[in-house]
Amino acid sequence: MSTTLRLDGREIPFTPGQTIMDAALAVGVYIPHLCHNPDYAPHGSCRVCMVGVNGRLVSACTTAALDGMTVESNTETIAATRRSIVQLLFVEGNHVCPACERSGSCQLQAVAYYVGMLSPHFPQCFPQRPVDASHPDFMIDFNRCILCELCVRASRDHDHKRVFAVSGRGLASHLVIDSPSGLLGDSQFAASDRAAQVCPTGAILPKHRGYEQPIGQRLYDQAPISVVGDLRAQPGGD
Amino acid sequence: MSAKPRIATASLCGCFGCHTSLLDIDERILQLVDLVEFDCSPLTDIKTVGDCDLGLIEGGVANTENLEVLRAFRRHCRTLVAVGACAVNGGIPAMRNAFALRECLEESYVRGVGVYHPGIPRDPEIPLLLDRVHPIHEVVKVDYFLPGCPPSAETLWTFLTAWLSGEPIAFSYHQIHYD
Repeated sequence: MSTTLRLDGREIPFTPGQTIMDAALAVGVYIPHLCHNPDYAPHGSCRVCMVGVNGRLVSACTTAALDGMTVESNTETIAATRRSIVQLLFVEGNHVCPACERSGSCQLQAVAYYVGMLSPHFPQCFPQRPVDASHPDFMIDFNRCILCELCVRASRDHDHKRVFAVSGRGLASHLVIDSPSGLLGDSQFAASDRAAQVCPTGAILPKHRGYEQPIGQRLYDQAPISVVGDLRAQPGGD
Repeated sequence: MSAKPRIATASLCGCFGCHTSLLDIDERILQLVDLVEFDCSPLTDIKTVGDCDLGLIEGGVANTENLEVLRAFRRHCRTLVAVGACAVNGGIPAMRNAFALRECLEESYVRGVGVYHPGIPRDPEIPLLLDRVHPIHEVVKVDYFLPGCPPSAETLWTFLTAWLSGEPIAFSYHQIHYD
C-alpha cells in the first residue's frame, strides 16, 4: 500500500503514524510552527501550523497523515489566519524586539516575518509579570512566554527534572517553576539542561552575555525561517 | 500653486530616530522634494497640520498633547502611517507600562539620585502623561504600518515611491524587521 498525501499539489510520501508536519519536515517543505519541535511530542498550542484539509483548518503537527489526503498550506486564507494568530501572540506579551537580546534569532519574530506581519493589529495586553533573575546563569522574562511548553516537555522528557509547568486558566495561564520559592534559582534547573535551549522566544535567556552577534549575522538576518529552519535545530544554537 | 501631494510628519512619544532614518535616504531627498510638498513637520516651520495626502507618525501616545496632535493628523491626512516600533506597538517607551505612572514620576522627580528641589512638575503648560503608553492604532484608525526601530531608509523609500506611483506596496525580506 503506497502512502502519500498531496500538499499544495505536491505528492509527499510518508510512513503511517506520521503527522502532516512530520511528512512535510521529512521532505523539507516548511509549514510555519512555534510549539512544534521534532524532538518532543506534538503540543498543538500555537496554532501557527494550521493547514486546510477537506475544507477545515487543522493543526499539521497533531493531525495524522492519511493516504490520499489533500492538504493546503500555501493559500491566502491560511496565510491570513496564521498572521492573525501570530498577531494575537504578539499583543498577549511584551514583545519589544528593539530591546530583546533574542531579536534576529527569535523563532517567534522569524515566523512573524514569514507570515508578513507589519503590526500586531490588536490592542496590547501589556502584562506585568516580574522577571525571574534568581538563577546564576539564566533569566526568564515571563512577558515573552508564548506557552509553547517546549521547556516543560524538554525538562520532563529529556532532562527528567520537571522544572517547568503551566498553571492558571485562560489569559492568566502562565509558566511556573518547581521550587519551594517558585524561583528558578531555587530549582534543579541547570545551564546544561536541554530546557535551557528550546525556548523559541526571548523568554528563557542566558545571563552575562548579550548582543554578541553583529546585526547582519544573526540567524534570520540573511534568509527567512523557511530557508534557515528552527532556532534550536542549529547545532550549538545561538 | 502646485498640485504636488502634501506630506506631514510628526513625532509623538518618539526619539526622532524614524525622522533620522527618513533623512537617511540621503541625496534622494532632492528627488522627494521635487515630488512632494512638506506640510507641518519637525523639518518645516509650519505649526499646525493642514490638509495632506499623507501623514507619517513616529512615536506612541504617552501624553495629552500626543493625543491632540494625533487626532489633528487623522482629521487632516487622507492616509495615515504608523512609522516605527513606537507608533506600531508602543515600543520601548511602553516598557513603562510595567510600572504605575506615579512610581515613574517619583523615581525621576522625587527619589531619583541627584534630584534637588524634589517635586513632580505640575505647570498647566506641561501636558499630562497618560497612565499608559499606547500604539497609535489604539487611538485613531491607521492605514499603514512600517515596523522597525527605526524602519530603514530603504523601507521608507520603497514605501514612499510605491505610494507616490500608486503601485502596490511590497517589501523585500531585508526591508521588514522589528528591531
